[in-house]
Amino acid sequence: MNGVHDLGGTDGLGPVLVEENEPVWHAEWEKAAFCMFPFPFAAGFFGVDMFRYGIEKMHPAVYLLSPYYEHWVHTAEHYGVEKGVLDPDEIERRTQYYLKHPDEPLPGTKNPDLLAFADAAVKHGVAARRESDAPPRFAVGDKVRILDDSPRGHTRRAGYVRGKTGVIELAHGTFLYPDSAGNGGGDDPTHVYTVRFDGAHLWGAGVADPNTSVYFDVWEPYLEMEGTAQ
Amino acid sequence: MTQVTPSTHIRSEAEIAARVKALESIMIEKGIMTTEAVDRFAEIYENEVGPRLGASVVARAWTDPEFKKRLIDDATTACAEMDIGGLQGEDMVVVEDTDTVHHVIVCTLCSCYPWPTLGLPPNWYKAPAYRSRMVREPRTVLREDFGYDVPDSVEIRVWDSSSEMRYWVLPQRPDGTDGMSEEELAGLVTRDSMIGVGPPKSPSEDQSP
Repeated sequence: MNGVHDLGGTDGLGPVLVEENEPVWHAEWEKAAFCMFPFPFAAGFFGVDMFRYGIEKMHPAVYLLSPYYEHWVHTAEHYGVEKGVLDPDEIERRTQYYLKHPDEPLPGTKNPDLLAFADAAVKHGVAARRESDAPPRFAVGDKVRILDDSPRGHTRRAGYVRGKTGVIELAHGTFLYPDSAGNGGGDDPTHVYTVRFDGAHLWGAGVADPNTSVYFDVWEPYLEMEGTAQ
Repeated sequence: MTQVTPSTHIRSEAEIAARVKALESIMIEKGIMTTEAVDRFAEIYENEVGPRLGASVVARAWTDPEFKKRLIDDATTACAEMDIGGLQGEDMVVVEDTDTVHHVIVCTLCSCYPWPTLGLPPNWYKAPAYRSRMVREPRTVLREDFGYDVPDSVEIRVWDSSSEMRYWVLPQRPDGTDGMSEEELAGLVTRDSMIGVGPPKSPSEDQSP
């Protein structure tokens, strides 16, 4: 989808605001909001690409103005409701309750399996690499162009590289395809490459900062051949 | 396509906290999460997984040329030698700064970041300003927003982490560090130097043990 989350090259958003000695957590609610990724993931609410798509469906103004981890709350709620696991009226009712009783404790349920899951997930991760026999259509050194149509649904084909030409710098093997998995489809293992774009080509020779380049990862269907670089 | 207007309400901190608590309470009842498991995740990223791990990898690469070669060839496997890896670092690539090339990482589409070596990202990394500008005017952002002046003769390569590959930077070893131990060197490696928005500390500024 063409969305405001696709921020590369957007102007007018101001300076980078660096907080000195920034803590990992800025508020207690952030800890539980962070956990709206791993636990609902384990419960089958979404894969990582669907998780991102749920965030992209936030209203653009809210996306830009809300604190970061609230995005994660939004997508967990979106899929929980869609799956019928979470009832919107019940969420609303409890939200009003906790607004009036912010210090009311949560149920102290124990579950050693979930505790063990936390350690295992951090240590081993969740691989996005998927084996495939499909031979790669491109190789390091190929000059390629990013297709410039605007797909519906989730994609990682950022606006600022669409229609641009670059050279394949790295070939990574096959991974989950976000344009399938992120839209509720199958894994569809697909080759991933890193494409190098010259800054002057992306933004214009008189506009770009001098002597800069961008390395952007693409899935094979995003590409068409331009020629073979020397 | 069916068009549904998403909510345009900007929640206050109190409203967010209540919403999170509401969702958490339902998920606890449904056996999806527990407060103790939330606390465990929070503790891991507060105290156990953070940029000190990445710094230890960099310091080893600075002192062990064979390890550095393995790190550049296959960062995931090389880090695993040091028992470092896992969530959001299942496939890592380390890019090496040289006299002629400087690297910096960003994620323009969301907030991808190598958690196993750098921990969870700072807010500015996830915020719209950094994500929008780093690909468009990297030299300007480094100079104006981070006070890091990279000479025009040095190419700046921006790695936009659009896939599940997780990139991070092996900065150049600072001058005047001959004879320093791996542990002392690790003390010079900042989180920002592994993102690419700052240099490592020089030995004279580092007073930490």
